[in-house]
Amino acid sequence: MRRTTRLTAVATILSLALAGCGGGDDPAESGGGTAAAPTEISYWLWDSNQLPAYQACADAFHAANPAVTVKISQFGWADYWTGLTTNLVSGTAPDVFTNHLNYYPEFAGKQQIQPLDDFIAADGTRTDVYAPGLADLWVSADGKRYGLPKDFDTIAVFYNKKMLADAGVTEEQMKTLTWNPTDGGTYEDVIARLTVDENGKRGDEEGFDKSKVEVYGLGLDENNGAGVGQQMWSMYALSTGWQFTDKNPWGTSFKYDDPRFQETVAWWRGLIEKGYMPSLAIARSGTSVNDGFGAGRYALSTNGSWMINTYYGYDGVEVGTAPTPIGPSGKRATIYNGLADSIYAGSEHKDQAWQWVKYLASADCQKTVGDKAVVFPAIPEALTVAEQKFAAKGVDISAFTVQIHENTTSLYPITDHASDVSAVMSPAMDAVLSFEAEPSSLTKANEEVNALFQ
Amino acid sequence: MKTSTLRPLGRRAGDLPVAMVFLLPAAVGFAVFYLWPTLRTMYLSFTEYSLLAPPEWIGVENYQKVFGDRLFWNSLQVTVEYVVINIGIQTVVALGMAVLMHRLTRSGLIRGVLLLPYLVANVVVALIWYTMLDAQLGIVNQALEWIGVDPVAFFGETSTAIPTIALVNVWRHVGYTALLIFAGLQAIPKTFYEAAQTDGASEIRMFWRITLPLLRPALALVLVLTIIGSFQIFDTVAVTTKGGPVNATRVIYYYIYEQAFQRFNFGYAAAVCVALFAILATLALMQLKLLRAGETDLD
Repeated sequence: MRRTTRLTAVATILSLALAGCGGGDDPAESGGGTAAAPTEISYWLWDSNQLPAYQACADAFHAANPAVTVKISQFGWADYWTGLTTNLVSGTAPDVFTNHLNYYPEFAGKQQIQPLDDFIAADGTRTDVYAPGLADLWVSADGKRYGLPKDFDTIAVFYNKKMLADAGVTEEQMKTLTWNPTDGGTYEDVIARLTVDENGKRGDEEGFDKSKVEVYGLGLDENNGAGVGQQMWSMYALSTGWQFTDKNPWGTSFKYDDPRFQETVAWWRGLIEKGYMPSLAIARSGTSVNDGFGAGRYALSTNGSWMINTYYGYDGVEVGTAPTPIGPSGKRATIYNGLADSIYAGSEHKDQAWQWVKYLASADCQKTVGDKAVVFPAIPEALTVAEQKFAAKGVDISAFTVQIHENTTSLYPITDHASDVSAVMSPAMDAVLSFEAEPSSLTKANEEVNALFQ
Repeated sequence: MKTSTLRPLGRRAGDLPVAMVFLLPAAVGFAVFYLWPTLRTMYLSFTEYSLLAPPEWIGVENYQKVFGDRLFWNSLQVTVEYVVINIGIQTVVALGMAVLMHRLTRSGLIRGVLLLPYLVANVVVALIWYTMLDAQLGIVNQALEWIGVDPVAFFGETSTAIPTIALVNVWRHVGYTALLIFAGLQAIPKTFYEAAQTDGASEIRMFWRITLPLLRPALALVLVLTIIGSFQIFDTVAVTTKGGPVNATRVIYYYIYEQAFQRFNFGYAAAVCVALFAILATLALMQLKLLRAGETDLD
């Protein structure tokens, strides 16, 4: 089992490396628009898992509009944003591209993406067909709309079914766990129970050796969550009633100095001291948290719905999902993040681009995407399709969607200066997690962050 | 030599058009890919430029910020630590390998094998080592476990991250450096070694008294080139630690990249670039002067 994981890891790395080699040149080539009579519009996305689904949409779109061809290009996440930025500068950005809440305020502020309001008004396009809240995320501070929703994601807890059974924890129990920053509640009890040292002693047993842990109860993400901690800590902090900013979207004052936030971080890193979660050094030393989970090093792992197929794809690992625990506010919490498609302001084919964006945001295309069971489409009826397809694969997505029904989701923090906030918070959170600084040091980081908005 | 000075002046001037034709391709490349970007970077360093809006002249404000920027000094310190470990170990090992090749074998196969790691792309080397050195699943730590050593989080610990990256790059570059030094060794006349052997000098004595002094100009050039190259460490960091944990591997080029391409502070990033340019130019000049790279002791 471990060997296959390692092999896949190496294979993935090699293909990543190859993609990395090729990535530098491609954007420039594919970015150039063509002005010939049968119009070709370019479309970019970053998730290779979604490429087949969107290719199917592009084919259907072309069949309905024979004069317009959509050329799809896919790049890895990091290449995507550097490529996009440089192409925006050189005026060769794709006509339509998948946009992220972290980036669009900057693009909108610099007039690089096209407001869609005129198109929407002219066509009478409805913006209320999406899951509640998703469409509003793309209305900027100036009241203009910059994208139509395509899909969304939430956070849940992935668990290893066998480890759960071995520890005597039931799947029913997983659904009703509670959490608080003081003693971690029943959530921490389960994490402790699932942690096993080399001698087979569990984390809640006498004689547990935290320096020789074989299986950690909870995995630690290899990515730095910076100031968002989307799949790392946001679901705990938000369940205390804490919010990232004074208002969301378009807040201008961050709340990393709030005791509820700092207590949450203190509890979270406390798991490292107790031996229930790997140290930052271990988490950052080479393997992703999902591969660690797949290799049987972690019993639980918090992650986003976009990772479902990865977690369920490990050979010989029986996987289940549970919603994030109920916090001191009496409610669960998760970040509710939505993606959308935007039109480049410099596009020479804005009308065709709009037709494509409208199709991407339609029930037709979203059902096609839902049918592939890779992400959660933004339109409820397409989500139902995805739900059934996931179920056919043995995946119950209710742990991810329950919070939408219970209305316990929180918006991804949408603010200006997102990249600067991240640059301050990344090292600050690292320092706390590696015990080089105390959680109270985040008050100073918060001052630095808020100075950006002065 | 005398004859050339006696050549009619017209002949030399006549060579000029032909010489220009030969110089043109290199000159165009230099102007387009080096000179213009350098000048533009210098200009941008005096502006506030977010890429998506036109640059705005702000004078020396960026430079004032650079000097007060804790992260700039940190990145410089991290980079110097990297260069010292990387170049120190790489040069000593490469020199040893080159001398062994020079004194013991002429095998083309061995030379080829030494060069192998250099033929693998940097990013691939970095990612493979990153996977192999993982604390929980990496093959290196599995091996350490068998001999009873506790796993080490090579890339993950603030104290070991930079040395690990430096050593990974030593592994990749040492063969190449050894070949450069080896080329220098071949310029040393064999007669010196034969004479020394006749006098009964040991290999070690010959190394210190013959090889090292006569290798100095070649070694100086290799050092200048490898140190400048070493300062440009970026890709290994970009695909493994991404500057972390905390700021432990935020080397100067990664810091510039973050400022420019992630935070869109192109003007500020340009100022850091110019500061780095000044540092590297001074360093290279000092090295060449101190090591008298232009002179040889062979005459």
